[in-house]
Amino acid sequence: MTVESTAGRKPRRTTAKRAGAKKPPAPAAAAGQPELVQLLTPEGKRVEHPEYSIDLGPEELRGLYRDMVLTRRFDAEATALQRQGELGLWASLLGQEAAQIGSGRALRDDDYVFPTYREHGVAWCRGVDPTNLLGMFRGVNNGGWDPTSNNFHLYTIVIGSQALHATGYAMGVAKDGADSAVIAYFGDGASSQGDVAEAFTFSAVYNAPVVFFCQNNQWAISEPTEKQTRVPLYQRAQGYGFPGVRVDGNDVLACLAVTRSALERARRGEGPTLVEAFTYRMGAHTTSDDPTKYRRDEEREAWEAKDPIQRLRAYLEAEGIADAAFLAGLDQESEELGRHVRDAIRLMPDPDTMAIFENIYADGHALVDEERAQFAAYQASFAEEGN
Amino acid sequence: MAAEKTVKLPIAKAINESLRKAMEDDPKVLIMGEDVGKLGGVFRVTDGLQKDFGEDRVIDTPLAESGIVGTAIGMALRGYRPVVEIQFDGFVFPAYDQIVTQLAKMHARALGKIKLPVVIRIPYGGGIGAVEHHSESPEALFAHVAGLKCVSPSNSADAYWMMQQAIRSDDPVIFFEPKRRYWDKGEVDTAAAPGPLHEAVTAREGTDLTLVAYGPMVKVCLEAAAAAAEEGKSLEVLDLRSMSPIDFDAIQRSVEKTRRLVVVHEAPVFLGTGSEIAARLTERCFYHLEAPVLRVGGYHAPYPPARLEEEYLPGLDRVLDSVDRALAY
Repeated sequence: MTVESTAGRKPRRTTAKRAGAKKPPAPAAAAGQPELVQLLTPEGKRVEHPEYSIDLGPEELRGLYRDMVLTRRFDAEATALQRQGELGLWASLLGQEAAQIGSGRALRDDDYVFPTYREHGVAWCRGVDPTNLLGMFRGVNNGGWDPTSNNFHLYTIVIGSQALHATGYAMGVAKDGADSAVIAYFGDGASSQGDVAEAFTFSAVYNAPVVFFCQNNQWAISEPTEKQTRVPLYQRAQGYGFPGVRVDGNDVLACLAVTRSALERARRGEGPTLVEAFTYRMGAHTTSDDPTKYRRDEEREAWEAKDPIQRLRAYLEAEGIADAAFLAGLDQESEELGRHVRDAIRLMPDPDTMAIFENIYADGHALVDEERAQFAAYQASFAEEGN
Repeated sequence: MAAEKTVKLPIAKAINESLRKAMEDDPKVLIMGEDVGKLGGVFRVTDGLQKDFGEDRVIDTPLAESGIVGTAIGMALRGYRPVVEIQFDGFVFPAYDQIVTQLAKMHARALGKIKLPVVIRIPYGGGIGAVEHHSESPEALFAHVAGLKCVSPSNSADAYWMMQQAIRSDDPVIFFEPKRRYWDKGEVDTAAAPGPLHEAVTAREGTDLTLVAYGPMVKVCLEAAAAAAEEGKSLEVLDLRSMSPIDFDAIQRSVEKTRRLVVVHEAPVFLGTGSEIAARLTERCFYHLEAPVLRVGGYHAPYPPARLEEEYLPGLDRVLDSVDRALAY
C-alpha cells in the first residue's frame, strides 16, 4: 500500500472507528442459541419436553418418515428436471422436510394453508398433486390449482404477502364461528417485511385463529439471519402480545407437537402463535443461485449431521418400527414417484395461446375482449398465409 | 331512506345509503378501514353504519394500509365481500403492492377458480385545501393494471348505484370518490334501473366538440359547456364513469358527431387516462377528427401546496382555452 492510498483512506478509518464504538452487542442468535423445543435428538434419541408431549403409534411414525422421504425424492426429481431444462426454476426444500411434514401433519382437513413458494412438503400433506406444483416453475401457469379443493392456497412469490391473506382468512373463520385454524408459512427473510409485521398486528388485535410458521432456514438468498434481526425471531411475537416458540425445525416430532398445540390454541379462540422452526436450507435458495459464493461448506456439513430424515430413521430402527421390508417398500414407492414426476412433466402441455386472455376478470372487461379478438385475428392471419 | 323513490342527497350521503343497502342485501358485505366505525370516516361516508351493523361488519382497523387490503383479500377468499376505505388518495401506496401483485392477479393465478370481490374506496383529488398527500389522483396507476377495474362517480345518483354495482361485482374494483364533490347534492332515484357500471353517459348534448371527463371534473366541464354556449359553441360532455374498462365506443360515437375531442382530468397529463383516450380515439376516428385530441390536466409536478392548487387544477378557463385551440384548427 502506498503512502498516498493510506492517506486517501483516512476518513474511512474514522468511520470504521466510530462504527466500532457504537457497534451493537452480538445478536442473541449468534451469542448462544435459545433453547429449542426438541423431542428427537440429532442422534435419533427420544427426549421429553415439559410443554410439548406427543404419543404416536408405529403407523403414524412410519407415515411421517414416508412423507419426508417421498417429499425429498420429489424435490430431488424437480431439481434434476430443472438441470435438464424441463423447469425454468426450482426452489428446493432440501433440509426442511421435518418442518414442513411436522407442521403439515398437524393440520386438520378444514384448516387453511397459505404457503410461500417452497412448501412442497406441506402441499404433499394436503393431498395436492405434486405435479401441480411444477406448472409455475415450468412456466405453463402462474399458480395453477384450485386453492379451495385442498384448502391450500397458491404459492406466493412476493415475500410475506400471504401472512396478511392468512390473517384476513382467519378473521373470516372467526366471524363464521368455525373452529378451524389457518396457518401462514414464510421464511426468515420475509420476517423483515412490513406485511408480516402488519399481519402480526392485525392477528393480535382481532385475536385471529392463525399460526405463523416461520421456517428460519438461516439464509434469505445470500443474506444470513443476522441481516434480518438482532433478536431470535420467535421473540418478536412477545411485542405483539402473543406467544412465540422456537422449535427444532429438523425434528419432525417437535414440529408436529408444537404446531398442533398452536393450532389448538387458535381453535380455542386464544389467538395467534408464532412458531419459528429453526432449520437449514441445505441447497441453494433456488436453482439460480450458488451458495458457495456466500456460505462455508463447514456450515452445511454441521447441519447435515442434524438431517431430519436420518434422525427419524435412527429412531425407527432403534425401536424396531422400520424393518427392511418397510424400507424396501418405501424405496420402491420413491422410485415410482420419481418416475411419475418425470413422466408428468414431459407430458405437461404448453398452455393454449389464448390463455393469455383467460381469467383476468370474473365479470369480463371490454379491453380484454378487444385485445383477445385482435390477437386471435393476428394468429389466424398466419394460418391463412400458410394456406 | 324516505318512502318516496327519489330523494336529494349529497354524494357522501348517497354512498352511505348505498353501503347501507348493500349490507342489508348481503350479510357477507363488510366495511373495513381506519376510523370507519364510531367516527364514520373522516368524511363521514360510513356514518352510523357501525351503530346499525355492529363492529363485526364495520371494522375499525389498525393504521396499516397494506394490512387493510391484505386482510381484505383473505376475507374475500373466505367468502366475504369487503369494502375497504383508504382514508386519502396519497395513502394508498403502502397498499399498492397488495393491490397490484396480489389482488389484481389472484383470480388468474387460480385459473378462475377463486374470485376476489373486494372494493377499495379512495377519496381522491384536490380542491379542498388539504396538506400534502391528501389531494392526489392516482387512477392511471390502477387502470394500468390488468385484473383491476376503476370507476368514479360524478354525481349522487351514480354514487348510489355504482357503489352497489361495484360491491356486487366479482372483480376487484377501485372506487374513486371525488372528495371535493362529497357535499354536492343531487337527485337519487332508488327505484331506478341503473345502467351498466362501465358505460359512459352523455351529461350534456352538443355538436361542436366533445369534452370527456370523470369524477370531479365533470362539473367543471358542464360549467365550461354552459359558458361556451353563451358564446354560441355547442359542447357535448361525456361522463366517463369508468377508467377501466373505458367505454371507447361511447367516446367514438360522440367524436364522430362533434369531430373534436378534449379530455379533462385532474391527474397529471403525462401517461394519464387522457393519453390513452387520445391515442385510441386517434386510431379509431382519424378521418373524423378535425383537430388533434387535446388534454387538460395536472402538470408533471408533485401536487402543489394548497395555496397553488387553483393554478394546478383544470378550471373553467383552462378547459375553455383548450376548447378554443381545438376549434381553431
